[in-house]
Amino acid sequence: MTDRPEFLRKVYFRLPAIGIFVGGLIVWEGMVRAFDIKGFILPAPTAIAATFASETSDLLAAGAGTFSTALAGLLLGGFLAFFTALAAARWRFVRDGALPFAIAANSTPIVVLAPIANSWFGLRSPFGSIFVVAVLVFFPVMINLVRGLLSVEASGIELMESYAAGRRTTLWKLQLPNATPYLFSALKVAAALSLIGAIVKEFFGGSQERLGQYITTKAGLLQFEEAWAAIVLASLFGIALYNIVVLIERRVIPWHVSVRNA
Amino acid sequence: MSALSLRGVGKVFNPGSDQEVQAVHGVDLSVERGEFISVIGPSGCGKSTLLRLIGDLTPPSSGTVSVNGKTPARARLDRDYGMVFQSATLLEWRRVAANVELPLEIMGMDAAERSRQAAAMLGLVQLDRFANHYPWQLSGGMQQRVAIARALAFKPSILLMDEPFGALDEMTRERMQSELLRIRAETGTTVVFVTHSIPEAVFLSTRVVIMSPRPGTITEVVDIDLPEPRSDDTREDQRFFELLTDVREGLRAVEDS
Ligand SMILES: Nc1ncnc2c1ncn2[C@@H]1O[C@H](COP(=O)(O)OP(=O)(O)OP(=O)(O)O)[C@@H](O)[C@H]1O
Ligand SMILES: [Mg+2]
Repeated sequence: MTDRPEFLRKVYFRLPAIGIFVGGLIVWEGMVRAFDIKGFILPAPTAIAATFASETSDLLAAGAGTFSTALAGLLLGGFLAFFTALAAARWRFVRDGALPFAIAANSTPIVVLAPIANSWFGLRSPFGSIFVVAVLVFFPVMINLVRGLLSVEASGIELMESYAAGRRTTLWKLQLPNATPYLFSALKVAAALSLIGAIVKEFFGGSQERLGQYITTKAGLLQFEEAWAAIVLASLFGIALYNIVVLIERRVIPWHVSVRNA
Repeated sequence: MSALSLRGVGKVFNPGSDQEVQAVHGVDLSVERGEFISVIGPSGCGKSTLLRLIGDLTPPSSGTVSVNGKTPARARLDRDYGMVFQSATLLEWRRVAANVELPLEIMGMDAAERSRQAAAMLGLVQLDRFANHYPWQLSGGMQQRVAIARALAFKPSILLMDEPFGALDEMTRERMQSELLRIRAETGTTVVFVTHSIPEAVFLSTRVVIMSPRPGTITEVVDIDLPEPRSDDTREDQRFFELLTDVREGLRAVEDS
């Protein structure tokens, strides 16, 4: 296959996935038609696509609102996690005090905060959503970063010691680079979490121009094609956000085993 | 004032536990400035530990170490040491040149000077063409040469090298040995060098220190009175072969005991 153009090669390797995708859609469409499945149970792909075309502006407005909320929460939670992780890596008492709770919090369904956030920030405030997303993102990112900062090999520490490098130098030149792969694997999880957090929070009220509200409202009005179109859009945003993180990862840590191509 | 002075130095790991190991015991050694000391002995006899004691990476359990008239801690803070560890310990996110620049960066050298110095050092270990590679793209021996370039880059007054040429082929090894001697002649660096190779120890050293296993201690010091400067002819010298025999017999005595 070496003489094929790069583009064809890529398509070739994607063929199984493309086949399953197209096949799935065909089966879906066929089942809906053959068994006359009602729209409130499962609309046909063609019906969803048609709704997408007719409701484009409403859907995109709602999608943009949700996406930007998720992104803002992701950034806020990420930054807070970053500085907390630095403190935890630097001071043992911060680590010993905070980490057990962080690990416990990380195993609880934090989205349950969503309805409460409304009473803290008010129904209309965008900060409620950003808050929920930030809390959701904070714990996995923080825990992974601490792990990355602390899991430097003893030989690396000795190397820095032999140069009489100070703590800050060791942090910048050894621990942080060592932690970046951990950071990115956490961010990939956090990217998905951020959309989940934003949409679940929106289920409990707030602006109409959000995917969560859009889905609950349309489902309430029995307009299931619209609801499904929003669900598909939410999935696309999730995939997009994940891929943005992957793209940044490739640029930032080209040296890492998970990224490098020999 | 000697460059290095060890008095009754010992090291016990995990004292009081069931994993207690007396790694080094009662080591006395005095090294003059510019000397080249090779340490040779069976695996696990405490050679690496001895280097780490000198380099202030682990504290002695007994005895005292003094370096250029200072404590090892002071010497380390003064950046007197260049260390080559038994494994290359390159930073995997840095390209080869950036790895060599690491100590220069930490010591605050400006960028232009740094890259000039790194390029010169990579030339020395014949890796100029690999300056932009990542460590994982190099073979083990090449990685070890990067580590050597990195240790030499800041011209330390004492070089502590733990089997630095272990992963190299015979020809590269001999060339690196000659380079090391040339650098030492130029800079007057004191070298403490751990090796398992008797010819290497004899060719490079002013003295060869033979250690016995557990507890590791110095059993014999062989003076190497080969003419300076050493060259490829040295390896053919009658005296060279006599000294090989001396060191081998010293080691055999250790193994048999
Ligand atoms: N950090 C440590 N903790 C506990 N024991 C150690 C430690 N480092 C070394 N030892 C023990 O000290 C002894 C000497 O180890 P050392 O690494 O100095 O040997 P070596 O002479 O360098 O061996 P080799 O030639 O195989 O490299 C060994 O028995 C080893 O188990
Ligand atoms: Mg060793």
